[in-house]
Amino acid sequence: MLAEFKLPDLGEGLTESEIVSWHVAVGDLVTLNQVLGEVETAKAVVELPSPYAGTVASITHEPGTTVDVGEVIITFEVPDSGAGPASAPEEEAPKRIPTLVGYGADPETSAVPVRRQRVFATAGAPAATPEATAPAAPVHVQAERPRSTPPVRKLARDLGIELELLAGSGERGLITREDVVAFAGDQAKGTETAVAAPPSSMETGLREVRTPIKGVQKAMAQAMVASAFTAPHVTEFMTVDVTAGMEFLAKLRQRREFDGVKVTPLTLAAKAVALAVVRHPELNSHWDEAAQEVVTFNYLNLGIAAATPRGLLVPNIKDAHTMGLRELAMALGGLAETARAGKTAPADLAGGTFSITNIGVFGIDGGTPILNPGEAGILALGAVRKMPWEHQGQVALRDVMTLSLSFDHRLVDGEHGSRFLADVAAVVADPAMALVLG
Amino acid sequence: MTQTRHEPTGQAAMKMHQLITADGTRVHDELLDPFVQDVDRDTLISLYGDMVAVRRIDVEATALQRQGQLALWPPMLGQEASQVGSIHAMDQADFIFPTYRENGVAFLRGAKFPGIMGTWRGNMNTGWDPYELNMATPQIIIGSQTLHATGYAMGIAMEGKETLAMAYLGDGATSQGDVHESMVFAASFQAPVIFFCQNNHWAISEPVGLQSAVPIAGRAPGYGIPGLQVDGNDVLAVLAAVRWAAQRARTGGGPSFIEAVTYRMGPHTTADDPTRYRGVTELEEWAAKDPLARMRTHLVNAGMLDGETEAGISAAADAVAAELRDACINIPDPEPMTVFDDIYAEDHPVLDREREQYRRYLASFEGQPGAGQQVQGSAS
Repeated sequence: MLAEFKLPDLGEGLTESEIVSWHVAVGDLVTLNQVLGEVETAKAVVELPSPYAGTVASITHEPGTTVDVGEVIITFEVPDSGAGPASAPEEEAPKRIPTLVGYGADPETSAVPVRRQRVFATAGAPAATPEATAPAAPVHVQAERPRSTPPVRKLARDLGIELELLAGSGERGLITREDVVAFAGDQAKGTETAVAAPPSSMETGLREVRTPIKGVQKAMAQAMVASAFTAPHVTEFMTVDVTAGMEFLAKLRQRREFDGVKVTPLTLAAKAVALAVVRHPELNSHWDEAAQEVVTFNYLNLGIAAATPRGLLVPNIKDAHTMGLRELAMALGGLAETARAGKTAPADLAGGTFSITNIGVFGIDGGTPILNPGEAGILALGAVRKMPWEHQGQVALRDVMTLSLSFDHRLVDGEHGSRFLADVAAVVADPAMALVLG
Repeated sequence: MTQTRHEPTGQAAMKMHQLITADGTRVHDELLDPFVQDVDRDTLISLYGDMVAVRRIDVEATALQRQGQLALWPPMLGQEASQVGSIHAMDQADFIFPTYRENGVAFLRGAKFPGIMGTWRGNMNTGWDPYELNMATPQIIIGSQTLHATGYAMGIAMEGKETLAMAYLGDGATSQGDVHESMVFAASFQAPVIFFCQNNHWAISEPVGLQSAVPIAGRAPGYGIPGLQVDGNDVLAVLAAVRWAAQRARTGGGPSFIEAVTYRMGPHTTADDPTRYRGVTELEEWAAKDPLARMRTHLVNAGMLDGETEAGISAAADAVAAELRDACINIPDPEPMTVFDDIYAEDHPVLDREREQYRRYLASFEGQPGAGQQVQGSAS
């Protein structure tokens, strides 16, 4: 016997979820409550336990797809043992959400609440009212949910008619039972009323895919738009010979106290920024438009842009200015790990004062980073490359890196920005310079 | 790294009473020891078995929610000792006022699964007759059950009975005005009521340190109510503490407040994502204090738990889970008109009118395929 598992409403009124991963494949034998995979709702990533013991017959949605609540996501071949405890759930009407009666939102009916038009059943079958005899108006597809009453909506659903395709003949465009019945009659006769092709009939070879904007992506978009169109960005680049810096990192890795601690160019750059903001506090400040004040921070909450499976996050290290190199390296390691595991606490995402984005890990040299909203500066680290470079009057193969600094020109002028970048570059190029700047 | 205060400060000022430590060692406590002198092997085994069953219920119900069979479920993972120990201390004549999370308590009080699960499935308003179990139905409103319990207890006192009322509440509820009012009345009228507060450290995403700057039990004396802090993951200590409070109530000693310090290992409900606010090390830290593991260690070390007994406990818990699943998925959808039942003790004209309007509304679906089985809308 084939049994279906329909995507339930996993969190009080959700209408859809994204399949994150499957832990089983077609043909796998599964036990009751065995974890089948993970889905991400608007609220959380949750594991789906199997409602059946049996064999996986099909998986109908690939990871990455967003599925409406009520759609079949996986089917099972289960033993034909009658009504075992695990075999009862699938007796409901096809379009109903399998969860509960009247609970959560039916995707079809969850749009703008429409004032309910009370329909009292008159004795006998409803006779054709005068309005209903008027010729059907030209049909147009309405953007909002069509006005109708629950009984009529149910009738339409039972007949497989989408109300969006109908023009209502009732008061203020209300779709009446007669409209639905008439439309159904027309369809049966094959007379094409002015109906557009069904919107969802593209079977194969999709040329466009539309994905709802949501979650971390939505948050990222809002933050970036807000930042890009409020803070006048200036970006400066500086390419430096960091051979001495890389040799310094190699030496650190040999030291016992750095055992198991990851030290990278990012560690060095973080320390360089912590030193440079002391000399150039403009880069560690905030433009408070509402108060018409500039807030200068006497601490550094250093944000690190992290690419996570759920999108871009910028958690920050609180009071990074108080940390030594080892402490900073450990904090950086922990931050990225936590962010990638999706466990960053909201407090770690708030209150940043300056950010670093490490685009070098993708092999990129430079670019124009966009400021994390509310911050005055962001530094992008390029990849460290072996390049022919001038060294002691000769051309030699050296470790070279580009630093890109964007700053908010309301807070930072060209001179301060340039001096800040030069200071950061000096420390990354030769950590001994920290003694001079610190 | 965050500035949020996670624990009340001045924690040291409060002694947390304990009888079995996290590593399973029986320790002595002057106040609590006298209340568990009668506890023998069988009682310990039954406390442990109940905790195993409650945890199994929680696992099964969480799975059923993920399978679309429950609208919502409030996990009680980690709080088994607090629930089991407290209800074991009650007499059948005592009246229990639970929150929505006391589903383990309801099970042990004798509630049947269709009743317990029906509310969470969304097709029953209430799951049992409160007067049959002497237990009110789950309270969703935060803290209001403390008022009900206090009022009930004042009634007990007026009638001169030797029973008591116990209100369950959480750490978050202590910030509610209702709880304040309850404690004022309970103290003023010396009502035989127990405030049993499970401090599970999180009020959804709010840490307990933001509910109270001092230990929660430390607030009670301000109302004139003795406050006792007990290890909420120690089932024996919880049993003893509630017996202590019950003895006070039965002997005219008035109200007591117990803070059972425990931890919610799961989400607030199945619609919550605790990883957004919970510190990463918390689970690890509290797993080391697990109520079941410590009891098991204690029993094994004392030579009281053999393989056969353990297998029996496990099989019994699995049977409970199977019964729960079966009951849950076979709860019939209610007839729409039953929405009017059990709301008022007697019919009255407004109710009659509404019933008639609704009947006509339902009638407008008649003649449609599937009509009468399922009706979308507020009533079904």
